[in-house]
Amino acid sequence: MATPKEMMSTWDKIQFGAILPSFENPEKKLKSKFNSFNYKVADWRVEKPVFNRELCIDCDFCWVSCPDSCFLVEEVENKRGKKQAKIVGINYDLCKGCGVCVDVCPTPIKSLLMFPEFTEIDEALNQWPTKDNK
Amino acid sequence: MKNIGNLKEFACTPDRFQGGHRLCPGCAHGMIVREVVNATEDDLVISTATGCLEVCTAIYPYTSWDVSWLHIGFENAAAGISGAEAMYKALSRKNRSYNEDKKVKFVAFGGDGGTYDIGFQSLSGATERGHDFLYVCLDNEGYMNTGGQRSSSTPIGAHTTTSPRGRVSYGEKNRKKDLTMIMAAHGCPYVATAVPGSKHWKDLAQKAAKALSTVGPTFINALSPCTTEWKFKPQDTVEIADLAVETCMFPLYEIEDGHKLTITYKPKQKLPVEEYLSRQGRFSHLFKPENSWVIEEIQKEVDRYWEYLQRKEEAGV
Repeated sequence: MATPKEMMSTWDKIQFGAILPSFENPEKKLKSKFNSFNYKVADWRVEKPVFNRELCIDCDFCWVSCPDSCFLVEEVENKRGKKQAKIVGINYDLCKGCGVCVDVCPTPIKSLLMFPEFTEIDEALNQWPTKDNK
Repeated sequence: MKNIGNLKEFACTPDRFQGGHRLCPGCAHGMIVREVVNATEDDLVISTATGCLEVCTAIYPYTSWDVSWLHIGFENAAAGISGAEAMYKALSRKNRSYNEDKKVKFVAFGGDGGTYDIGFQSLSGATERGHDFLYVCLDNEGYMNTGGQRSSSTPIGAHTTTSPRGRVSYGEKNRKKDLTMIMAAHGCPYVATAVPGSKHWKDLAQKAAKALSTVGPTFINALSPCTTEWKFKPQDTVEIADLAVETCMFPLYEIEDGHKLTITYKPKQKLPVEEYLSRQGRFSHLFKPENSWVIEEIQKEVDRYWEYLQRKEEAGV
C-alpha cells in the first residue's frame, strides 16, 4: 500500500482506501501530521475567550462542554492525594470562538470572557470586571 | 466498566477525539463524541455513518480520531461495525487476536438521518443478530449537513427547507418518531437517551460507560442541538439542551432488557414548552396568533408522553 505521503503528492494520485495514522508512535502518543490537532481553525473566530486563572475554581465545566477540546489540562494532586484536572489555558489554534465555555462558567464573576480577537491577553485581563462593577 | 467519578477526575482522561475538526462553532457533536470515547479505557473500533460528524472529522488529509475509525456509507454504519465485531470474535476464537490482554469495544455513530431513516434497516438487523456493539445516534432533528431538510426525527411545527413555514403551512406536520422505544422493543439489553453539556455530563458519561460494558447491542439516543439550522446563537447550545430536558421535550431515561424503564432525571418544576421553542428560530412562526394551536398541541403531546413514562416506570413491566 502506498504511504500517505505518496498519496498526498497530487490530487489524481489519491488511492482508494486511504489510511490516515493519527499517531507517528502510538506507544508514546506522538501525534502525526495527519492528526487534525495540527490543523488551525483560529481564523474562524471573531471573538476569543480569555481565561483568568485567578478566578477559576477548576470545576472543569468548560472542559466538558468545549466542542473543540481546546482547554489545556494539567493533572495535579489534591489535598487527599487524588488526581484532579487543573485548567491551565486555552489552545487558540483549535478554538472557534463559539462562547459555550463563557456560557457555562459558574463563578460569580466569570473566569472566562469573550474579547475581540485583536485584544492582547494582558490588556483583556486588565479590563476584567470587578465585584462592584460586574 | 470505567468508574465515572467527579468531573475533576474525568477531565484527566487523555482525549481520544482531537480538536481541529470542522464542525460548526458550538456544535454539540464534539461534546457527545468526546464523552462517549472517554467513557472507557478499552480499545475502540468506531464506524461512522455519513453525516456531519463523518464529513467534518475526516477531511483529507486530516483525522480527528485517535482510535481505529472506519468511514462507511449512510445506510450501513451498524452493518459495518457488526462485521468488524464478528471478525474480531472469530479471530479471538482462533487465538489470532492482536492483543489478548486488551478488550475491544465497538461503537457506531450516526446522525439522525443515518439512524432514524436511512440506516434503520441495518441497525435493526445488527440488533436482531445480537452483535456486541454500542450505537450512538446524534439526534439533531434533520439532515443538517445538506442544508436542513426534514427527517423523521423532526418535531411537529419545525421549519425546515422541505417542510417550510408560510401562509398555508406551519412547518413539519408529522410527529417525531420515538426511536428509543423502537430500539427497546427490539429487546436491546440497554437503551438510553442523553443530552450533552455541563449539567448532565455525568448522566451521559455513565450511560456510555454502562452501555459499553453491557454485552449485546446497546443504543444511546443523544440530542445534539444544531446551532446552524435550529437557528440560535452558538453559545446557547448547552442551555438549549438543558431546556429540552427541563421542558420534558426530550426526557432522560434508560431502559434495561427492553422493559425496565428508569427516568434518570426528573425536572423539579416542569417548564412550559414555550421556553424551549421561543429560543429557536425554527419555531418562531409558531408564536404568531394563527399558529398558537400548534404550541398547545405540542404541550399536550409532551404532557401525555411524560405521564406515560412515569406510569411505565412505576409499573416496572
